[in-house]
Amino acid sequence: MTTEAMGIRWARKDLLGLRELSAEEITFILDTADAFKQVGTREIKKVPALRGKTLVNFFIEPSTRTRTSFELAAFRLSADVINISATTSSLTKGESLKDTARNLEALHADILVLRHGSAGAAQFLAERLRTSVINAGDGAHEHPTQALLDLYTIREKRQRIAGLHVAIIGDILFSRVARSNIFGLLKLGARVTLVGPSTLVPREFEKLGVQISHRIDDVLPEVDVVNLLRIQHERQRKEYFPGIGEYTRLFGLTKERARLLKPECLIMHPGPINRGVEIDSQVADGLQSVILDQVTNGLAVRMAVLYLCGGIAT
Amino acid sequence: MSAVTLIRNGRIVDPANKRDESGDIVIADGRIADRSAIKSGQSDAEEIDASGLLVAPGLIDIHVHLREPGFAHKETIASGARAAAAGGFTTVVCMPNTAPVADNPSTIAWINDRALQTSCVHILPTGAISKDLAGEELAPIGSLAQAGVVALTDDGHCVQNNELMRRAVEYAAMFDLPVLDHCQDYGLVGNGIVNEGYWSTLLGLRGWPAAGEEVIVMRNILLAELCQHHIHCQHISSAGSVRLLREARARGVKISGEVCPHHIALTDEGIQNFDTNYKMNPPLRAEADVEALLEGIADGTLSILASDHAPHADFEKEVEFDAAPFGVVGLETELGLFIDLLVHKRRKISLARLIEMYTVEPAKLLKLKAGTLSLGASADVTLINPKLEWTVNAQDFQSISRNTPFDGWRLKGRAVRTIVGGKTIWKL
Repeated sequence: MTTEAMGIRWARKDLLGLRELSAEEITFILDTADAFKQVGTREIKKVPALRGKTLVNFFIEPSTRTRTSFELAAFRLSADVINISATTSSLTKGESLKDTARNLEALHADILVLRHGSAGAAQFLAERLRTSVINAGDGAHEHPTQALLDLYTIREKRQRIAGLHVAIIGDILFSRVARSNIFGLLKLGARVTLVGPSTLVPREFEKLGVQISHRIDDVLPEVDVVNLLRIQHERQRKEYFPGIGEYTRLFGLTKERARLLKPECLIMHPGPINRGVEIDSQVADGLQSVILDQVTNGLAVRMAVLYLCGGIAT
Repeated sequence: MSAVTLIRNGRIVDPANKRDESGDIVIADGRIADRSAIKSGQSDAEEIDASGLLVAPGLIDIHVHLREPGFAHKETIASGARAAAAGGFTTVVCMPNTAPVADNPSTIAWINDRALQTSCVHILPTGAISKDLAGEELAPIGSLAQAGVVALTDDGHCVQNNELMRRAVEYAAMFDLPVLDHCQDYGLVGNGIVNEGYWSTLLGLRGWPAAGEEVIVMRNILLAELCQHHIHCQHISSAGSVRLLREARARGVKISGEVCPHHIALTDEGIQNFDTNYKMNPPLRAEADVEALLEGIADGTLSILASDHAPHADFEKEVEFDAAPFGVVGLETELGLFIDLLVHKRRKISLARLIEMYTVEPAKLLKLKAGTLSLGASADVTLINPKLEWTVNAQDFQSISRNTPFDGWRLKGRAVRTIVGGKTIWKL
């Protein structure tokens, strides 16, 4: 891995989503992550790649896992990190997102990692700032680093992505993880089947090039990977399905259903998991589960993304 | 000696009088006159050479947000009127979602007074259907009628309670006031902001299904029949709505629909970069909807053209897509867009029909004296060059706001002179 090679192959200051990336660019991020993964196993888990750079974790929507992962990734690249949440930002005082971000830019922040409840928020800032913008989740639109770490984990465990059949199960309609996974998997040649209640997996998704099923028992024996999404039944979902109990009965990965899987099928989940809801507790901890590997790989993938985009921003 | 103006050698298109011929128009003392108004030997008559131009009755836009009172940073009655003049409009009908809401006679009086002082075009206010546009109780419709509103509407909102809507329509019939409705079912639409379809799915933006409009169009058809009174459906956006209106109008129901230029010039593909100038309500829809709207215009199902001119300040629009207000400005682009698309590019209607949809049809709906070049009528005249090619430049707008997705568009056809009461108020 040389910087020259990267200079040629990576020319984006921002990572906004996987829809805009080519298969080559996605593969290049995964290859770069390979190099960073072993840094985490060293006694001194730090490289000077982003020394002197400032990274702002700008999380308008609550997140612990993703924010911590970006923070740790930045530390390991020797960047300086500050965290701003919805409550500590001046957005609560009525300042616009654009003005808050421009203030951060005026303080010479090099990389802005944005988590925001509105689709398009990362692109909105990327178009208006010289600062590198990394999308850490924008509404129901994209969550590119989550999908990249999912792709990385699949590639690591199965040595390939092309030709594999991946089922994404759960609340697809409101899921940015699902969208980024769909874009990334299809670009790398996988086959994708979406599974869930018809209200949360509308037919329109077929136009993206995926298949849809509402019968999980038919799908499970066919697939090489299952990616389970967290299912919630808060106020805005009450009209979409009757309740958690029925969801688990129809779509939960129970012990019985897990037996339908091929032995080599990977079980993934972006977390946080609801044990006993979308996934049985023992299945979540079982041999086929790679849920914690995803977390570990997330660090390497985010190091790669920060390194590549942070290098362009200067 | 009276002030006389002679508009010479134009193509006079006056659908109210079934006139489409070359000739001259004489204006004397602010009214349409005949040649006898020109005294023999009189030499001070102003002459306007209209060769190559359409001489049309002053155009009427029945769907405009002038933002005053309450939101003068977006638009004022004066600036909105100048924008109207620059677009070829001599009469505009303004919506009641101001602050205070135009749900009471004193606000209507304020608007009329302000228009008299500051506007270069005729401003006709509408009154709210429900108090504070809340959809809960009737606004004082009789008092609004006495204050001079030309119609009732909760535009931007939609009365959800069918019983309240029924009584509003029934009550309005007593004053012969048409009811204009923004058709949106709150249950189906929820917090949807863009057309529910391929692009909402791809972008993860919340969907606003066409059925959310169609349910209310159907409701309005049923209530228009029940109350035997006219309901006009504003800014129709979907194929299903066109189908419902076509069927109902064929049965003689007192129902009509209007089209805005953005709904035929654009599709929801426009939202793909989260540009908030493509965010409006109802939202931009799919190709099939655009085609259905064009057919609806061609066969007369959709009888009125309007802008839904909805100015917003740049700082209000330059925010996250979810947070941006709905709406685009339209007064200064609508005529060009409609001539370009409906007459030149898609050949759906003739120029004469287009003029009719901007004059006779709205005048009929709102029972206005405007929209004609009849002898004795107020000399409101729009001169249009249907072949003039021009480029939209938002920086040149008379409107205070610039929120348009059409900046930089090349269009064929525009108004070149606008005359109100015999006086040229705008000239290209």
